[in-house]
Amino acid sequence: MTDDHAAASMAGDHAVDIDKHVRVYITVFVSLMVLTGITVAVAQFHLPIHIAVTVALIVATIKGSLVACYFMHLISEKKLIYAVLGLTVFFFIALMTLPAFTVADGYWIH
Amino acid sequence: MEIPYTVAIRRDTGLTNGKIGIWLFLASEVMLFGALFASYILIRTGAPSWPRGDTMLNVPLATVNTIVLISSSVTMVMAWASLMRGRFETFRIYMGLTILCGLAFLVIKYFEYSAHFHEGALPSTNNFLAIYFTLTGLHGLHVMGGMAVNAYFWGPGAKLWKTNPTWFTNRVENAGLFWHFVDLVWIFLFPTLYLL
Repeated sequence: MTDDHAAASMAGDHAVDIDKHVRVYITVFVSLMVLTGITVAVAQFHLPIHIAVTVALIVATIKGSLVACYFMHLISEKKLIYAVLGLTVFFFIALMTLPAFTVADGYWIH
Repeated sequence: MEIPYTVAIRRDTGLTNGKIGIWLFLASEVMLFGALFASYILIRTGAPSWPRGDTMLNVPLATVNTIVLISSSVTMVMAWASLMRGRFETFRIYMGLTILCGLAFLVIKYFEYSAHFHEGALPSTNNFLAIYFTLTGLHGLHVMGGMAVNAYFWGPGAKLWKTNPTWFTNRVENAGLFWHFVDLVWIFLFPTLYLL
């Protein structure tokens, strides 16, 4: 098989699937734009800091999940990748919890 | 010697070596940015007072940069999809757009940094600016790195398409994973630094 034929064969096998993917990518793109608008709009209300942080992190997490699941194809990935990311998430949460322990310990009292 | 499992799937992992390699690298990147985010939380919660990001930073410019980076993620994934459809010329257009979006992001960041320096707002001025410049500076370096890789695949690296299209497509997918990660980091940096 020539190289051009190999490329055409690969394209033919995946063309239908890819068309579906492309429609999903466009939907995700529009969703990300809307969520960016929501993030900026909510910030204009100058909400109390704990509510502002909660809303901003929820919206950012939704946006991040859309990018990871659809653009990075995590929604249909192999188990080994999930295992690697599971460990990463565990240590990331541990890392984020460290400052909270410091605050709870009463170290930061002015 | 030929590099193994660039196209063929390893039976034990179910993946190509490049794919597992890029995900392990991204896992290390999560911890790198995670450490800096933890530092930000520690510094902010420990400070007697902390400025709102929108009082010191340019939110409209950062919003435009968010739109630019999200758009670049779409063009990147469309570049990969073009290769999967066997359309090399379309790939070139989308990859070129991705590189231009990266460039636009850096130019906007340059204007932001220039305005800060002009006002005398330096990393040494206060803790807010120190962590702001550290996080956005490191992120900017990642944008530059991603652009260099993308430019290679747009230019000289593209000749692999003629000899091994599947391998080339896999390499572009891996470059895309890194680019989307850079976008993902910015999605969290934007509200954290600019809006809260």
